[in-house]
Amino acid sequence: MTIPQAQSRTRSYAGMSGPAAITALTAVAAAAMLPVLLSNYQVGLATEVLIFGMLAMSIDVLAGFAGRTSLGHGAIFGVSSYVVVYATAQLGLQPPAAFALGVVAATLVAAVFALLAVRTSGVYFLLLTLALGMIVWGICLRWTQVTGGENGMRGDVRPASLLTHAAFYWAVLAGAVAVSYTLWRFVRSPFGLTLRGIRDSESRMRSLGYNVSVHLFIGFTVSGAFAGVAGALYAMFNNFVSPSTVALAQSVEGVLMMIAGGVGTLFGGFVGAAAIIMLENVVSAHTERWLMVLGTTFILIMIFAPEGIVGKLRVMLTRKPR
Amino acid sequence: MDRRQFLKRSTAVLTAASAGVAPWRTANADAAPIKIGLMAPLTGVVASGGKEMVEGVQFYLDQVKSEIAGRKVELAIEDDASNPDTALQKARRLVEQGNCHMLIGNLLANTGLAVANYVKGTGTPYFIPIIAADDLTQRQRIKNVIRVAGYSASAFTHPLGDWALKQGYKRIATVSQDYTFGHEQCGGLAQVFTEGGGEIVQQFWHPLNTADFSPYLGQLADLKVDAIFAMETGADATRFIQQYASFGLKGKIPLLAAMNGTDQSVIRNLGEECDGIISPAHFAEGSDNPVTQKFTKEYEAKYGKIPSLYGFSMYSGMMWVAEALDKMAGKVEDRDAFIDTVLKTELTGSPLGKTVKLDAYGNPIYDVYIRKVVKRADGKFWNIPVTSYPNVSQFWKYDPETYMKQPPYSRTFQGIKKA
Repeated sequence: MTIPQAQSRTRSYAGMSGPAAITALTAVAAAAMLPVLLSNYQVGLATEVLIFGMLAMSIDVLAGFAGRTSLGHGAIFGVSSYVVVYATAQLGLQPPAAFALGVVAATLVAAVFALLAVRTSGVYFLLLTLALGMIVWGICLRWTQVTGGENGMRGDVRPASLLTHAAFYWAVLAGAVAVSYTLWRFVRSPFGLTLRGIRDSESRMRSLGYNVSVHLFIGFTVSGAFAGVAGALYAMFNNFVSPSTVALAQSVEGVLMMIAGGVGTLFGGFVGAAAIIMLENVVSAHTERWLMVLGTTFILIMIFAPEGIVGKLRVMLTRKPR
Repeated sequence: MDRRQFLKRSTAVLTAASAGVAPWRTANADAAPIKIGLMAPLTGVVASGGKEMVEGVQFYLDQVKSEIAGRKVELAIEDDASNPDTALQKARRLVEQGNCHMLIGNLLANTGLAVANYVKGTGTPYFIPIIAADDLTQRQRIKNVIRVAGYSASAFTHPLGDWALKQGYKRIATVSQDYTFGHEQCGGLAQVFTEGGGEIVQQFWHPLNTADFSPYLGQLADLKVDAIFAMETGADATRFIQQYASFGLKGKIPLLAAMNGTDQSVIRNLGEECDGIISPAHFAEGSDNPVTQKFTKEYEAKYGKIPSLYGFSMYSGMMWVAEALDKMAGKVEDRDAFIDTVLKTELTGSPLGKTVKLDAYGNPIYDVYIRKVVKRADGKFWNIPVTSYPNVSQFWKYDPETYMKQPPYSRTFQGIKKA
């Protein structure tokens, strides 16, 4: 599980090797072209793919690089959505201020989660983040005066300049590019390398003199902040938030997207999100048993490509020269 | 076939499959049918109700041979998965990709509220025969969201409160699922009952999907109340009614229920336990009104079960839309005229056997029956009317303006008058 850097360090563009920079540019340019080619509804779906791709990517920072799979990121994502809708609808804040507030709130929640969870690993980490996520969900469901309970909250969150499908898509794309680049630099930074060290051997890192808990705390909080960015964008996408946005199903969906795309591949999150959202929408148009198809697909992915779609492609590509 | 070979083949298949997705965006038939987008929860917690919603719509379309005002009707059915985010996405698909002229359906209030917020922006007419959230036709009304053939949650419990007073009940306790639909129905009863001199002794709120009601039933038995009001839907209603009987409370303390508690979708699975429960509603499948009898009989012949609220409401909702379109020669494309016509249309063919009209807020005015569950000759149970309150408004006897100044019913505000 290494970042593709097959080429030697002859030249680098913003930290990327030549071919990697070209791939990244092509991918972004292709994504930017989508609104020209697709119908409005499909642009909406593509927007959703980007938003959930960001969520999956933030989970991957922990799962793929620090070896800690979180089932609480859906809740962090949702807290941001809630705060953004609440801030615009009830407090009358401007969308940019609400957006910032949402991300800050998500970061704070992530910090609290991190404080409680960093000392655990494996199944205990999974269960602890799951429980913390359920608490957030419970609060959103029961604190009716503020959250609107089961009914959720509505508000005109999206700024007027982003009302069309295409404009909003481009804004989200810009956000996704910024988030992807930052996270990519983050996991490759010396700090990111310590996270990988912790994943591979916590005790060795400790004996080398690293403060494992602090590193995990920072990793978790940063990851949560980016989940918050995704959540804030989701609030603007839907102009609506309800407990299902913070529910366990949301966390699980994020994790599944990450796994389908490929754990530790970072950008696999977008591929996984695209695969799952497309499946959901295409299959459900044909049969009400779409959940069954989704389940079968996951089983097939796990059997034939346990390293995920992007992971599998990478393996196939690097194998080719032989 | 070795592993790599297999992978190559399966990749090829996948590519072919994704290419097959392309024709997905073709649309636009030539004969210009009326396109109706129906959303119902076909999966998730309320899936059984969702299936009956689809039945109701199809039952109507079969009767009119899928033709309204001389135009063919094209029905697009989408599963909202009992989840507001999914509902929103499906609504987008129906409007933006399917070019539907109108949306109808949804069951859970949160799915309806999410879609309502979306159509506020697009202006698409959206009809909600099942969504009962009070505020959609009160404090947060959206003009193109119309509750044709539906009801607002507290509209029927207001008269139930009045009826309870007339029975001489002085003390009532309520037990309800802890979500808005429950808060609103209990609030309606509590306000009218306490303003008329009654006392709400205690209110129990339990989470959805409660398996064991014994903690609540034990306390209820000791409260020395004249009646108990239960607001339960779906499987909770079935369990509550069963456990009420096995606790020995049946026959000792009269049980009043919200209309959904004794709906056919619940009591068709029950036996003697449900006998004698009182509930308020506009529709009573056991009514002796000949039009209602005909509807119930035909529905039963076709689907093998007595129609529930879901089937009935969607059937009537479709009829309402059709009657409006008949008046304007099927010109569904003229949205403003369409919405205005629906708002003005008085439903004449309703299975209720009476003309129904909408109030100024887009909510129907009904004669509300106080119903009782009794055994039919063939051993099945159904609701028959005991008495009737004519022309009940969603605001009961209050002035709409003053009524809407009080906060919406919630866990903390139940409209209870301090003695």
